[in-house]
Amino acid sequence: MISSFVVNFPLFCIVASLLCAVVCSVLVSHAAEKVCWGLLMAVLAANITLLVYQIQNGESVTFMMGHFPAPWGNELRFGILEPMIAILLGLVLLLTAIGGRMHYFAQAQTGHRSVYFTMLCLLQASTMAMLFTNDIFTGYVFIEIATIATCGVLVSRNTPGSIAAAMRYMIFSQIGSGLFLLGVILLYGITGHLLLPNICAAVQQLWATGEYHLPLTAAISLITVGLAIKSGLFPFHFWMADTYGSASPGAAGVMSGVVSKLYILFLLKLIFCAFGTEVYYDSGAQNVMFVFGAAGALVGSVSAIHQRDINRMTAYSSASQIGYIYMALGIGGQAGVIAALFQLIAHAITKPPLFLSLARLRDVSGNSPYFADLQGAAHRDRLAGISFTLGAMSMVGLPTMAGFIVKLQIASAAVSTDIGLKAIPTLIVLALSTVLNTVYFLRTVLRIYTPSETHPADPKAPWWSPKGGRVSATLAYAAFAAMNFGFGLFSQPVLALLERGIGMLGF
Amino acid sequence: MLDQILACLPEVVAVLLYAIGFMLLLLHKNLIKKIIGLNIMDTSMYLFLASMGYIQGNIAPILTEGATVADYINPIPSGLVLTGIVVSVSTTALMLALVIRLYRAYHTLNLDEIYIEIQRGRR
Repeated sequence: MISSFVVNFPLFCIVASLLCAVVCSVLVSHAAEKVCWGLLMAVLAANITLLVYQIQNGESVTFMMGHFPAPWGNELRFGILEPMIAILLGLVLLLTAIGGRMHYFAQAQTGHRSVYFTMLCLLQASTMAMLFTNDIFTGYVFIEIATIATCGVLVSRNTPGSIAAAMRYMIFSQIGSGLFLLGVILLYGITGHLLLPNICAAVQQLWATGEYHLPLTAAISLITVGLAIKSGLFPFHFWMADTYGSASPGAAGVMSGVVSKLYILFLLKLIFCAFGTEVYYDSGAQNVMFVFGAAGALVGSVSAIHQRDINRMTAYSSASQIGYIYMALGIGGQAGVIAALFQLIAHAITKPPLFLSLARLRDVSGNSPYFADLQGAAHRDRLAGISFTLGAMSMVGLPTMAGFIVKLQIASAAVSTDIGLKAIPTLIVLALSTVLNTVYFLRTVLRIYTPSETHPADPKAPWWSPKGGRVSATLAYAAFAAMNFGFGLFSQPVLALLERGIGMLGF
Repeated sequence: MLDQILACLPEVVAVLLYAIGFMLLLLHKNLIKKIIGLNIMDTSMYLFLASMGYIQGNIAPILTEGATVADYINPIPSGLVLTGIVVSVSTTALMLALVIRLYRAYHTLNLDEIYIEIQRGRR
């Protein structure tokens, strides 16, 4: 009885998120904010219940929507991985939005503030739908909803620069969506199915017989490239610097922490459930992913070093971290996929606090994003300084933090699966990228901790000073730092859950 | 050769339209033309999708007395096209709204000129 009720939770969450988005759009901003926080917490609680149920249940569940069975109807499917990632992304969304609310209320136009919360609800709906759907076209629709919601979050800053950045994001995003949709149509044309298990069965059969080899390879490539463009993989990462640089801290955090990860997760789902790992690896797409991922990890770091603007530097650092995820996926095998998922988690909990603390450091430096003006900023806002330093330490890969486990996992995946071909390039890229990460993050940390004569810190100011919305930012910093240390110190249970999760996906 | 092209004319037209729309979206500097490119690209995909479900000589998938299942065209691609059109209209509306805001701020529709203005402001 209880189990039959719990399996409804993903559908309830999607419907509730869509309904709350509609409700938020007609409410005043403070009421909309309360509805939004309520929804995000309710979805979080539902996903925790679902995860506990799935850990006990031990097998994946297929939930039929409506009254039409496969292959005609629409389905949701989930094991352990889906609720686990949904909890994490939901938490990141909630904490980033809470941490960035002070800036949002300072920057957004009065009268249009509830739009931001509407968009957050839509993002929550997209997150749930893209993680749980078993239908490729439903995935496409929610990819577009996520794009529109992200654009709405981006323009919340309401400056000409942020609108131009949103436009650039939309153009790149639409190119990615166009390629993805073409891939989906080709796949539907070849297999005649939209549900992932049916597509997978047809693809495996056709691949084994050698029929439609070229169209299948084209469909796999189009879908991979489309989602890679949307997630910001090299060489499609150039929109990131402008977009993250012009966005409000909350929007940049949501984009880097949640949205870019959604596309990668959906690609991962398609690799497992629509193509099958053997067909995907055999098509050569995995090797292309490895090359571009490794190049992205290096190019992103080199670009970050050249920036004078701290927001753009952090944005390029995101491009580098996305490169790590694709590189780990490109290594392949169970260890590679687990490393990619762990990197995805680590980046999702590290980048939002970096953007949030950067905004505070800018605020106490005359709202300037340039390094020269940020000197001594960590003394003027100590909490933001600590939060930024912790994030930077994790990005560099210091032991006890999540970033260290990522590098360890990627290196051991490369060595364990394919000695020679990918192991040595992976280790070289990891070493070089770590050095480059250290250069630009250490430079920034040294700069913000070097006392400034022109902008001295107020010696009487209490270090915690919870005034004017600082409580929400402090809560977000503390929660992200705790998660970072938690994943760094207690990584084994998480890795074990990820292993069980991808096992349920059919790896 | 010509027979083969004629046999899959909708697909050929769809591919040509897709290429035109894609290049417009990617390369044109004018924002309105970029949006037109996006719409051409989307339309080409709907044509491609609709042509997959079309069966020569069969009727539209609306229940008709005396007709059997074999008399209808495949209704799923038509349904997908409808969903796709809704998505396309939403993204077009959003992009047009952004264009209006950008034009008010920069008095131009040329994306390069807008970026030059932004760079100038950054310096």
